[in-house]
Amino acid sequence: MPFDAIVTQLQSRLGADALTTSEFRDNRRIHVSPDQLFEALRILNADLCFDMLAELTAVDYLKFPGARDRFGVIYGLLNTESGERVYVKTFLNEPDVSLPSVYSIWRGADWLEREVYDMYGIHFEGHPDLRRILMPEEFTSWPLRKDYPMRGKGERHNFTPITRAES
Amino acid sequence: MPLEQLQPLDATTEEKDYLWTLNFGPQHPATHTTLRLILTLDGETVVKAVPDIGFLHSGFEKLGEDLDYNQYVTIVDRMNYISPIMNEVAWFHSVEKLMGIELTPRCKYLRVILGELSRISDHLLAIGAQALDLGGFTAFLYAFNQREYIYDIFETASGQRFHPSYLRVGGLVFDVDDDFIRKVRGFVKTFPKAHADVCRLLNRNRIFLDRTQGIGILSKEMAINMSCTGPIARASGVVRDIRKDEPYLAYPDFDFKVVCAQEGDSFARYLVRMEEMIESLKIIDKAIENLPTGGVSVDADSKVVFPEQQAVYRSIESLIQHFELVMPNRQWTPPVDEIYGCIESPNGELGFYVVSDGTGVSYRARTRPPSYIHFAIFPYLIEGHTLSDVVAVLGSLNIIAAELDR
Repeated sequence: MPFDAIVTQLQSRLGADALTTSEFRDNRRIHVSPDQLFEALRILNADLCFDMLAELTAVDYLKFPGARDRFGVIYGLLNTESGERVYVKTFLNEPDVSLPSVYSIWRGADWLEREVYDMYGIHFEGHPDLRRILMPEEFTSWPLRKDYPMRGKGERHNFTPITRAES
Repeated sequence: MPLEQLQPLDATTEEKDYLWTLNFGPQHPATHTTLRLILTLDGETVVKAVPDIGFLHSGFEKLGEDLDYNQYVTIVDRMNYISPIMNEVAWFHSVEKLMGIELTPRCKYLRVILGELSRISDHLLAIGAQALDLGGFTAFLYAFNQREYIYDIFETASGQRFHPSYLRVGGLVFDVDDDFIRKVRGFVKTFPKAHADVCRLLNRNRIFLDRTQGIGILSKEMAINMSCTGPIARASGVVRDIRKDEPYLAYPDFDFKVVCAQEGDSFARYLVRMEEMIESLKIIDKAIENLPTGGVSVDADSKVVFPEQQAVYRSIESLIQHFELVMPNRQWTPPVDEIYGCIESPNGELGFYVVSDGTGVSYRARTRPPSYIHFAIFPYLIEGHTLSDVVAVLGSLNIIAAELDR
């Protein structure tokens, strides 16, 4: 299905001004607001055959030149039959950094959402087990945010040694 | 992580108190690298498995925001260290897509050859380690013997066995020599015999069959729904190969088959890997015999590659260009945008999401690691199987912990 047809179908379901699009090389992106994100992804999965969530990641635009929003969350969708890809992007701002979880649509979102939560502190409402995944659970910062320094905030030196009985 | 937090079932109730917990890893020989599983068992049957990862997390993505496009190649090398060249190909695929660089034909062919060699190397390790865990020590030795020849070829090309760091933006560090071509030709000649040996050792091996057939079955719907790619998805009947579906480098020039299976069990994953090696060898054979002449890096006037060393010493233009690329406040000027590029790595879709703010350092360098995605399906695959099947399934998924944790 051509990209224009996907956009038209989404616009007819969500409203004409619900989404904007952008394109760079072969990456075709659909920008939606966080409130309509879940509905847009659900339509893309159920009616437009994007059956795989190939990629889910976030970007912190704190120091990006000319950026207005703080976080961008990108969903890379793939149609495994035709090989088409579409990227759905949404922007978030503090203090409300939460999104609906897409675990109910794609179970592959489980660890991908946990990683974004672990690195950026973006909450996914409705995720069954939203815990830190790569960082230790007593870690208090969000390491991939741009205000987190390259050399850390001294967490490494403040770790309490764990005895064998506690581990 | 304390065990209580991971207790998935309420063991205090009367009917569940026969369940017991086993801590598997992180330092267990069968996990091969540091990954940990907390298994809840009913006798010997696994009721629930909870993976606990992050032991090797070393902030690779944060480093990607600090090192420039060329420097980061040393870090991507260390993600999937079994097939380092494939990671380099993936990283520069995204970066070159971002900058809009069209490679020279010779560079494309050399990247294909090196990439396919590392695919064979990765599959040999996956199969060898899987056989080793199931008691097939001989097959492991045969597989690792061939990997040694591949490392030798990498060393001939780049000077480094394990972490070659051979690729650069717009090309390669330097061209290969005749010795490289001779060694690749030799490998193409000798590998089918070693491959047949491993086949003979495992394909009809009663112990190997009993321990892999029907174990860890992944259905096609589940594979798609859980974002599986590569040999694991293909073993479940997902006919998808990025080399065919979204061709990159010189792959349209080659004739190869996409190897698929229907069963989706550990044995199907083994068979798919075995057959893929033969397809890779066909690609290498064709590529090395038709290797185009010419330079390995794009034209130096494009301002994205380092000029040759002699040119830097002898002409002011080349000296300036070299200076422009190494100074941290100059370097490349990619468009201010973001891009996702992916390739077919031995484990599946390996992608990089690169965000550029117009400087020589990426603003965000996100990796889409196949091992991470595939380890997430492990609890579903192992449920209901016995404790001894844990290694059979783990081996068939080929989890590389450095890529898993990054």
